[in-house]
Formats: sequence, C-alpha cells, structure tokens
Amino acid sequence: MPPTKPKRAQRSEAALLGEKCIEGIIRLCGISAIIFVFAIFFFVFREGAPILGKLDLGKFFFTQTWYPTSLGTPRYGVGAIIIGTLSVTALATAIAVPFGLGAAIFVSEFCGNKMKEALKITIELLAAIPSVVWGFIGLTVMNVIIQKVFRVQIGLNVLNAAILLALMSVPIMVSIGEDALKAVPDSYREAALALGCTRWQLVWRVLLPAAKNGLLAAVLLGVGRAVGETMAVLMATGHSVNIPHSIFDSVRTLTATIAAELGETAAGSDHYRVLFLIGILLFSITFVVNLTADLVVKGIRKK
Amino acid sequence: MTAATPQPKAMFVKTNFVRKKQRSELIAKCIFGAMSLAMIVPLILIIGYLVIKAWPLLSWDFLTTNPIGGMRKGGIWSALLGTIYLVVISLCVAAPIGVLAAVYLNEYATENWFTRIINLAVVNLAGVPSIVHALFGLGAFVLFARLDRSILAASLTLAIMTLPVIIASAKEALASVPVSFREACWNVGATRWQTIRGIVLPNSISGILTGVILQVSRTAGETAPIMFTGAVFYRNIPEGNLFAYSIKDQCMALSMHLYTVATQVTNAPEALPYAIAVVLLGAVLLVNATAIVFRVILRSRKKW
Repeated sequence: MPPTKPKRAQRSEAALLGEKCIEGIIRLCGISAIIFVFAIFFFVFREGAPILGKLDLGKFFFTQTWYPTSLGTPRYGVGAIIIGTLSVTALATAIAVPFGLGAAIFVSEFCGNKMKEALKITIELLAAIPSVVWGFIGLTVMNVIIQKVFRVQIGLNVLNAAILLALMSVPIMVSIGEDALKAVPDSYREAALALGCTRWQLVWRVLLPAAKNGLLAAVLLGVGRAVGETMAVLMATGHSVNIPHSIFDSVRTLTATIAAELGETAAGSDHYRVLFLIGILLFSITFVVNLTADLVVKGIRKK
Repeated sequence: MTAATPQPKAMFVKTNFVRKKQRSELIAKCIFGAMSLAMIVPLILIIGYLVIKAWPLLSWDFLTTNPIGGMRKGGIWSALLGTIYLVVISLCVAAPIGVLAAVYLNEYATENWFTRIINLAVVNLAGVPSIVHALFGLGAFVLFARLDRSILAASLTLAIMTLPVIIASAKEALASVPVSFREACWNVGATRWQTIRGIVLPNSISGILTGVILQVSRTAGETAPIMFTGAVFYRNIPEGNLFAYSIKDQCMALSMHLYTVATQVTNAPEALPYAIAVVLLGAVLLVNATAIVFRVILRSRKKW
C-alpha cells in the first residue's frame, strides 16, 4: 500500500494559500507610501511638463509680472510670489521658533505630570483647528486687530498670515521638540544638577546643545508645514502680487495662487500647466525640507 | 517652659548665592510658562469670540435645512452631509491600507535600506502640501481615471492625504504590544498572520482606533484638496435624507462652504460665516476630545 501523503499540521492547502495572499496584500500596503509619493510626482509632472518646452525658466523664476490671463501675451513670472511665500514663511518661523521651543522646554522640563498632560492635550487641540477656520480668523479677527493696533490701512498682510502660520506650526514644533528633549539621557540632567546648575543653566548649557539636532528637525518640519499651508494664507495675505517692503504689505504665496486660479483655467491651457509647474516647485521644496529634517534626526540616532 | 530655649537654626542657611539661583530658576520657569500660555490664551479667546458672534444663528434648524437665497439664508444641511460623506468614504479607503502598511512596517519589515525608504516616503507623504494633493487628485482621479469631479475622486484624494498619519499612529499602537506576547504565540505554533490576527491586532485595536478617530477631524477640516476634485459652491439636496448624495455626485462641504461664504458671498448676514466656522470647529474639536478621552481611559486600563 503506498504511503498516504502526510498531512501538514492540520491545516488545509487553502488556508495556507489564503495566508500567502494576505501576506502579499500586507506587503503591497507596506510599500503603498512609496507608490503614492511617486504617483503624486508623476501625475503632477504629467500635467505640468508640456509647458516646460514653451516657458523660459529663467523668466519664470526671476521676473515678477504675473499676468496669466492677459489676452495677447500672458506673462508668467513667479519671482514676486516666491518672495511673498518666503517672507511670510520667514516671519512665521521667526515668531514660532521661540514660542514653540520655549513651550517644548516648559512641557518637558518645568511642569508636573498633570500640567504636562493638560498642556499636551491643549496643543493637540490647537493642531486640530482646520486651516480654513484659521483663515477665517485672519480675515475677521486678526484683520481688525492689526488695523487698530498698528494703524495701517490693510490688515490682510504678511504679519497677519505669519501670525496664523506661527500658531499653526507651533504644535508640531512642540511635540517634536519635546520628543527631542525627552531623548536626552536623564544622566545628563542629574550630572548638571549635582554640579549645582540652576534649571536655566541646565536648559541653556546642557539640554539645548544635546538636543540641538532634534530641535532643528522640529523647526524644519514646522517650516515645511508653513510653506505648504494653503487656505489660511489665501484668506489672510491679501492676495496681491507684490514684493513686500514692510510686514504690512499684502503679498501672495505659491499655494494660494494655485488655489485661487486653478478653478478658472481650462484643463490643458498654458495657465493650467503653469499652475501645475508651481505645484512641482512646492512639492520639491517640501521634499527637500522633509528630507533634511529626516537626515538630521537620523544623525542623532547614529550617535 | 515659658523660657523657651533658643531653637537651633536651620541647618542650611540661604546664602545670597542660593537666593540668586532660586530667583533665576523662577524667572526661567515664568518665561517658558508664559510662552506656553501665549499659545493657549489666544486659542480660548478666539473660540469664545467665534461662539459669541455665531450665537444668534446656532440652532437645530441651522444644521438640518439647506442653504437658500444665494447661501445668505437657511442652514448648512447639504454641506454637513457632504462633509460626512467625504470623511466616511476616505476613511474606508485609508484606514485598511494604513493599518496593513503599519502591520508590514512593524511585524514584517527588517531594519534595512528598503524599510528606511518606506519610512522616508511616509514622512514625505505627510509633508506634501495639501494643494499639491489637490493637483494630484485632479490629475490622477478626475482626469486620468475619468472619475470626473465627484465625491469619490475627492474622497480618494483625502484618503491619500490622511494615509501617512494613520500609518504612523497605527505603527505606534502596534509597537506598544509587548514582544513577549508574540513570542508566546509563535511558541505554540501559530504562524505570523495568526499571531497578528489573534494577538497583535486585538491588543492594539483601541490604539489604532484612536488614531483613526483623530484623522476624522483632520479630514473634515481640509479644504484645498477637495476644491478641484469634488466640492462645489452650491447644491441642493432633499432635507432629512441621509442618502441624498451618490458617490458620483459633486457635493458641498462645510470647509468649502465657510470659505465661499466668507470670501465670495456678498451681503451675507454677519453671523452666518461665524456660525459655519463654529459648527466646523465644534465638530472637529468634539471628535478630537472623544479620541483623547478614549485614549486616557485606555491607558488607565492597560493590562501590561
């Protein structure tokens, strides 16, 4: 009598096959993030690329006349818009960094457990406010406040948008900055306190140097968020193509330009493709910022 | 007894140096505390201001009637329902993919260059500006996949946008299940998938759910990605019918409605945009608070 095929651990072939399939699906989902990043680049590039042949890139980046709908000769110069974006982002960062890192230090070093929980929850709620609500706050509340406090004609300007962006990027700085401070070994703190340092000296001389990479990454991610923010700046900057001479000038940003004009262009027109080109530019900027932040963080782990 | 013996003086005497030290410590604490407060106080003031301005319009009818009269009167029913549709559909797409991706990263992937690239992709996907997601949605779903501007296209765009955050939070929840649980399961002869299904997922499901709930609030507030992929300024739907939209329709959304009323509609009653903002903010914060309460309860109940 021929020996019967041995049964494999009481499990049917079908179950094994099923498990193989499930593992396959899990692996596919695992690489989904890579697929989507490439897909985003591919599809945005696919819509924007045809204009590259027609457009003088030097003119595109360095001239400041943005007349996309002018009948005879539409001109696409994003110089002023790039400077607008930079000015808003820079001011927002300048406001957000001290507050964000200060709050991170306070949460991590100076307060008790209960207060820490309460502060972290509040910061989480702050992060949850939708950007369109921030924009609305800029349009109504901040607009009036800035007009009254600084006695200027227009309250929708660089300062307004920068304050909103600062409030929006502070939560991310706090949570990542706090992680960075938490990663500093407690023995550092104990050594410093045993030598008779005050907490202030501890923070300034020990923690900040030890956690500087993590804090830098926190700032970079905050900046990344500020560059990519759309609705709040669309509503609060005043939306005029303009190289700002003071923080009370209205400007326009790259993101807001796309949001405001894409709805009015015909698919496939030059104007439409230029807006996608701006999208590629934005994608590249945030990609570089995020990559740098990631490398900086990886740098700490290696140490 | 009355002639009290002089008490021995405290063993440590505060010198000027110590006093100075304590003072500087107090000052540092106050400065950092003030910086934290500087973020929280405006938050409370602003929310309070919005609620006060919106108060006259807030009522149940406001939620359940359609906007009428060129969006100057009536309620926000069609926008509210549209937002619910977008959130639910995008979560149905993003949550399974995100959780499975987290399972892969936490249970299958080994520490190598490929895993590093995946993690890098997740971080970068999270950093892509929302307006670029909108361009992608328009290029890929609306034009390339020929879904036209529809709830489906907008939801898919939102799903890709929320994916990285779901992956990150699910990964954290999975990582909090102790390795010994898995080892015990493998030792009785379970396969990887059986371990995941029987031990890892049940023990981390609450953490995963918290992350997903938090995503609901983010999705509900997004405006830019849906502007060109499925949301419209105005659409009338039957009131009181929860299934009034089909996924091929275009829809209104709360966030978009707020933008429209605040910037494009002239002569709208003053309280109207405030009321929309308060409803949107209220929904978002309510969902967030639920997730936070959920998490606090979970932490106190943790068995290991």
